[in-house]
Amino acid sequence: MGKIIELKKVNKWFDKFQVLKDIDLEVAPQEKIVICGPSGSGKSTLIRCINRLEEHQEGNIVVDGTELSESTKNIEKIRAEVGMVFQQFNLFPHLSILDNCTLAPIWVKKLPKKEAEELAMKNLTRVQIDDQALKFPGQLSGGQQQRAAIARALCMEPKIMLFDEPTSALDPEMIKEVLDVMVDLAKGGMTMIVVTHEMGFAKEVADYMIFMDEGKIVEKAKTKEFFENPKSDRTKLFLSQIL
Amino acid sequence: MNLIAKPSKENFKTYVPIGLFLISLSILDVFVNAFFNFNLMAFLPSQLSYFLPLILGFIGFYLIRIEFSGVHSLDILNKNINSNNFNALLTLLTIFIIIKSIPPMLDWFILEANFIGNSKDDCTGDGACWVFIKVWFNRFMYGLYPDAEQWRINTAFLILFAVVGVSFFVSEKFKKYFVLFLVFVFPFLGIKLISGGSFGLEYVESAAWGGLSLTFIISAFAILFCFPIGVILALGRRSSLPAIKYISIGFIELWRGVPLITVLFMSAVMFPMFLPDGTFIDKLIRVLIAITLFEAAYMAEVVRGGLQALPKGQYEAAKSLGMGYWRMNALIILPQALKLVIPGIANTLLALVKDTPLIFVVGLMELAGMIGLAKTNPKWLGMAMEGYVFAGLVFWIICYAMSRYSQNLEKKLSTER
Repeated sequence: MGKIIELKKVNKWFDKFQVLKDIDLEVAPQEKIVICGPSGSGKSTLIRCINRLEEHQEGNIVVDGTELSESTKNIEKIRAEVGMVFQQFNLFPHLSILDNCTLAPIWVKKLPKKEAEELAMKNLTRVQIDDQALKFPGQLSGGQQQRAAIARALCMEPKIMLFDEPTSALDPEMIKEVLDVMVDLAKGGMTMIVVTHEMGFAKEVADYMIFMDEGKIVEKAKTKEFFENPKSDRTKLFLSQIL
Repeated sequence: MNLIAKPSKENFKTYVPIGLFLISLSILDVFVNAFFNFNLMAFLPSQLSYFLPLILGFIGFYLIRIEFSGVHSLDILNKNINSNNFNALLTLLTIFIIIKSIPPMLDWFILEANFIGNSKDDCTGDGACWVFIKVWFNRFMYGLYPDAEQWRINTAFLILFAVVGVSFFVSEKFKKYFVLFLVFVFPFLGIKLISGGSFGLEYVESAAWGGLSLTFIISAFAILFCFPIGVILALGRRSSLPAIKYISIGFIELWRGVPLITVLFMSAVMFPMFLPDGTFIDKLIRVLIAITLFEAAYMAEVVRGGLQALPKGQYEAAKSLGMGYWRMNALIILPQALKLVIPGIANTLLALVKDTPLIFVVGLMELAGMIGLAKTNPKWLGMAMEGYVFAGLVFWIICYAMSRYSQNLEKKLSTER
């Protein structure tokens, strides 16, 4: 099977500090990958490099056959195909939930307004907040906002979804409603890369687990193997602390 | 001994009536003194009668200062203007000063003022000579614009007010056509109508324009152009392209660092020297460009404040949806940033309106300038007070209206809970 994301020898520095060291990663279509690791290990930076919210300095990143480089045209094309969900939701507070969802399809994909609205309602129904469509983000709970953010990303009909700690800013009782939506999405066959510490979720949907520390991929393994029989001592230590 | 006991709920029934009586007495004394020039307490030694209202009022306020009296209005009164002795004193002094200052103001503005007549000699009263304003009113509104052609200015402003008025009542769908007309069509139509020179209209050179209509024309054009230029400069200053960034910084810092009066002077006197022979740009246009660029620099910094207040996540979310630089700014960033800085924008635009009188340095005379001219007319010497009070009032009305509009806009655009 062809690869939809390929990273080869990717290196990145923030000034003198190296955040990513020789990252190699391949993701096939419909694969679900969960990345975990201690804070500051470069997990977020890694997935932010995939839609070029961060620029890498060395190595190649190829997303859906397009190499990420300086040229702007490619970047916007890639970003339209890669949905991203943020820790802080980042909904647009001056627009209603429905407008949040239709804005990019109308202006980037040039969809007619009516079609965009139908698409938005379909996705809002999918994340079960279609009854909140006309409210503003400030009027919704954290869990509802994050589900709206997922719907907004889905409205671009992306091939890949990136999740950057989607449940870390939520109250415990709201985590489940967001994870349920993500599980549903995974079962629907979406290619997903998820940075999270929700190990229950990881066990349920992930094909591969990646453990990162100090900018390096320490371990990449099939989910079952990763939890039952981790190879490196660093992974064992990490798992013993969070499980 | 009972009378000196601290005011409390027990002696409410005796203290409050006595207190209120004393306060009323003190206010009445000052009132009668101010309005009828009669001293109620004249039978007392002069020093005592002078301070008596203050002393009586002070004792009165002390007596009604009862904590948790159970009477709601009394509690609110005590909390706001009578919370301790010092506050009671300040309250009394404020009341006295207000009462004392009403009669002279009333006299000057209305009772002793002169409204009838048409020359300075008709002003025989001690108050303001409003005849001055009446006689010069036409000039204050239209400057030196020929009388026979003034219907053109009136028509232009009538169209403006009509379009703005109607636009408040039409549906959202048509509103944008009104806005487009007002921004892109009307300014040039209006200027053509006022300056003339075609369609059989007599040409009126801009040196003859003046008065309040010129204030409006200059303010409107400067506001219209300084706003988009300011937004572009603000974006430019945050650009990642060094050339654009440093040009923007240079422009902003240059214009912000120079007094407006200098800029106006240079635009009128020095700028033509650099133009090739034979080319000529109208003085009013040069002044307009100068004011616009000057205010745009301020606007840029106000808008930049809003841009910096937005969380980085908004930029990232817009980018992650595939929006390019212009779409991101037009759809996501600017709507939020501009909403945040409406008070700052209103501030800058109010300052702009109030800066327009400075165009006198290049010989253009709007409202304040025309008043300055009129008060030096030999037949009307000594009318500066009336003139500038009038100018102040007119500017206050304009600026207060703008301020209220900005507050309404803020309220309307607020989407927070």
